[in-house]
Amino acid sequence: MVSAGDMNGSGNLMDFLDEPFPDVGTYEDFHTIDWLREKSRDTDRHRKITSKSKESIWEFIKSLLDAWSGWVVMLLIGLLAGTLAGVIDLAVDWMTDLKEGVCLSAFWYSHEQCCWTSNETTFDDRDKCPQWQKWSELLVSQSEGASAYILNYFLYIMWALCFAFLAVSLVRVFAPYACGSGIPEIKTILSGFIIRGYLGKWTLLIKTVTLVLVVSSGLSLGKEGPLVHVACCCGNFFSSLFSKYSKNEGKRREVLSAAAAAGVSVAFGAPIGGVLFSLEEVSYYFPLKTLWRSFFAALVAAFTLRSINPFGNSRLVLFYVEYHTPWYMAELFPFILLGVFGGLWGTLFIRCNIAWCRRRKTTRLGKYPVLEVIVITAITAIIAYPNPYTRRSTSELISELFNDCGALESSQLCDYINDPNMTRPVDDIPDRPAGPGVYTAMWQLALALVFKIVITIFTFGMKIPSGLFIPSMAVGAMAGRMVGIGVEQLAYHHHDWIIFRNWCRPGADCVTPGLYAMVGAAACLGGVTRMTVSLVVIMFELTGGLEYIVPLMAAAVTSKWVADAFGKEGIYEAHIHLNGYPFLDVKDEFTHRTLATDVMRPRRGEAPLSVLTQDSMTVEDVETLIKETDYNGFPVVVSKDSERLIGFAQRRELILAIKNARQRQDGVVSNSIVYFTEDPPELPPNSPHPLKLRRILNLSPFTVTDHTPMETVVDIFRKLGLRQCLVTRSGRLLGIITKKDVLRHMAQMANQDPESIMFN
Amino acid sequence: MFTQCTRKCASSMLLIVLLCCILSPLAQASKSSEDIRCKCICPPYRNISGHIYNKNVSQKDCNCLHVVEPMPVPGNDVEAYCLLCECKYEERSTTTIKVIIIIYLSVVGALLLYMAFLVLVDPLIRKPDAYTQPLHNEEENEDARSLAAAPTPSGARANTVLERVEGAQQRWKRQVQEQRKTVFDRHKMLS
Repeated sequence: MVSAGDMNGSGNLMDFLDEPFPDVGTYEDFHTIDWLREKSRDTDRHRKITSKSKESIWEFIKSLLDAWSGWVVMLLIGLLAGTLAGVIDLAVDWMTDLKEGVCLSAFWYSHEQCCWTSNETTFDDRDKCPQWQKWSELLVSQSEGASAYILNYFLYIMWALCFAFLAVSLVRVFAPYACGSGIPEIKTILSGFIIRGYLGKWTLLIKTVTLVLVVSSGLSLGKEGPLVHVACCCGNFFSSLFSKYSKNEGKRREVLSAAAAAGVSVAFGAPIGGVLFSLEEVSYYFPLKTLWRSFFAALVAAFTLRSINPFGNSRLVLFYVEYHTPWYMAELFPFILLGVFGGLWGTLFIRCNIAWCRRRKTTRLGKYPVLEVIVITAITAIIAYPNPYTRRSTSELISELFNDCGALESSQLCDYINDPNMTRPVDDIPDRPAGPGVYTAMWQLALALVFKIVITIFTFGMKIPSGLFIPSMAVGAMAGRMVGIGVEQLAYHHHDWIIFRNWCRPGADCVTPGLYAMVGAAACLGGVTRMTVSLVVIMFELTGGLEYIVPLMAAAVTSKWVADAFGKEGIYEAHIHLNGYPFLDVKDEFTHRTLATDVMRPRRGEAPLSVLTQDSMTVEDVETLIKETDYNGFPVVVSKDSERLIGFAQRRELILAIKNARQRQDGVVSNSIVYFTEDPPELPPNSPHPLKLRRILNLSPFTVTDHTPMETVVDIFRKLGLRQCLVTRSGRLLGIITKKDVLRHMAQMANQDPESIMFN
Repeated sequence: MFTQCTRKCASSMLLIVLLCCILSPLAQASKSSEDIRCKCICPPYRNISGHIYNKNVSQKDCNCLHVVEPMPVPGNDVEAYCLLCECKYEERSTTTIKVIIIIYLSVVGALLLYMAFLVLVDPLIRKPDAYTQPLHNEEENEDARSLAAAPTPSGARANTVLERVEGAQQRWKRQVQEQRKTVFDRHKMLS
């Protein structure tokens, strides 16, 4: 291969400050990689190492190290991802409470940590202690009353605005790629697209720091999607340390798939769910080797997070619940209702959010990103503070909704009217009528539900790191809990109805509202993201209850069916289409009867195909061709008359090769002839030195005939990861089909705007 | 295979050293008395209101009899009362919390200072360079320029550390500016 500027490995430390020299074999920004070439380069590398390993002991050891480097990378990714997730969790915990008050004994303690050793806590107020004071107590030494409430309200809003403003400023100044969820872009990157800087070190740092800030500011967003981005940044960072991965974009994407699994694993405390999420949602090609390595990375990450122990009780996620109350067949009906609600909400959210994001993209709203963040934060804080269910962080809300009401709970949601003579142990609680606290909680939850549904539409997609999992789960949990309490009270007041008589005898507690909350959360999350298996696995890893698989599956399947009836795309695919990324979805089916000749370029009436000939063009001709057109590559034919195909040459490699030749080789001038043949013919002595470029020629470009159905062509592009495909007839070159042409054609067939495919 | 990593090893070594600085005090932290507790929650019973008891005992002593003091019920009722109570052993690491929060605050503070420097001080220091090429037509002319441009004088590299740092910083700022244009101005990505 033409070696353009080998990186001097023995240079001194300051070499990393110099500008990196572009290598032959690397790709430009916003281009697609050539999967087949990456695969063959990796096979070559492996074969070379294997053949050299027989030479000496040192070579053998090097081959062993090369084989283990994959596992070392996974280990490092797991460690760093787990550490960052622990840091994020602890910092969020502290900063969320900072909005309401501060711990006087040690300012770095959150509310719960501050009162951990205190003896002042009561049964009703589990977190009361003199060391932790609200702001009104601190500033004006008043803790009750209207002025204290107003002061606390005001300071809550101020802190939220301060965090949000700081976050959006950091994103804007240091790493603009750190905004958004990250999963649509990572899906595109894993399908072969190059976005330089998206997984860089500054993006990693800023995303971690600002994620804490925005979650603490009380905005209606989660941290799971951004954690996947953070984990992929870690993956990119560690894979650049080993040349096996840094020089091969295909192998690097295997590492990124595993890193995505580690990211979900630490976000939910669900290693298996993380691997399945990576397989189902994020990755494009997922060979079996990646499955085992992803699992390893996810386990290491979960173990690291557990040893940091952010929640003080060796649990990985704040809303880990573990109850084993049984559920009954008749309850499948409300579960399926919750599934329908989840599907409907998912459709509504996707449509409204995409409409709002499109408006942000095309109108003047998009010119004021900082102002938009501040306004949305202010609205969220102002409306969220009065309702106790929205004032606290969404994770705590979900935790409370998932929890079952035993005798030990004293929250408003568990304010049932107890029988004063009850002396039975904790687990055997009879069913009870709802007390006034429960009714208050119900209408507060209803208000909170409406608020969350509306505000999340405007929050997701702003120029700050924002995830979607937690708000969806919150919406579903609130709806589920309300349905659960409704069913529970229905069962209490109407024991003699047919549906209750069989399984709910009077005096027994048969309905667990917490389970309904979980099922609702799964349904809403499934309706938005259209996850299937990974959702169920994540939910039962979150809860630890294998007996609830059937309700979760019923709700997930129902919500997916209902949501798919309205639109095929999940939220991430919808955002990919909105942004115009060149992502060829493996889930789409192409069922139209068009042929390759309908899609190929040049069409009838267009300029003929720009080709290179194998031995009759000069360097100047080639340079002119490159300058006048912006194609990514040029087919090489035998001659202009007989257009028999020899191979395909990439634009970038032509440019680099010509530049190198002009600098290094003697005698190569503008009049030199470019030869793509094996042996250039003997030339008369005073003709300019020929330029041999056979090495950069791809001798096996993919070709189809012009009557190949587009169904097959799309399948070939998907399965092999091609960038372009040449069309021939009777051996003569007719035209070219690129991935962008395929995507445009698919958009046209689906009656979408074909001009929305923007990137190369 | 490892010879290529010298450039990147510098930045990666820094990160690994930082990680060790974080993790070693955490690993060496011994359990202080503040870090463990046994928490017993006892619901209301007859005419006694609910109460929470905290005590600093080890895991095998974490049960109702050891922790609930003074016992609010007479001797024959103790068993019934203790059946209602639920005791949990909890651990935490105060050193971890302190270290992580302080590191996080210092990182945020450093970023704030650097941001203030970049936004306020930097434009005043740098005199506008008359020879700096305008960047907006970069994309269209890049290929043509790379063909036609004179070979970059590879021998005349900036030799002093300060100039190299400056060059790296300039390159980084250009990259961020490109990113900002793509995301914020042209709305080509991440909308």
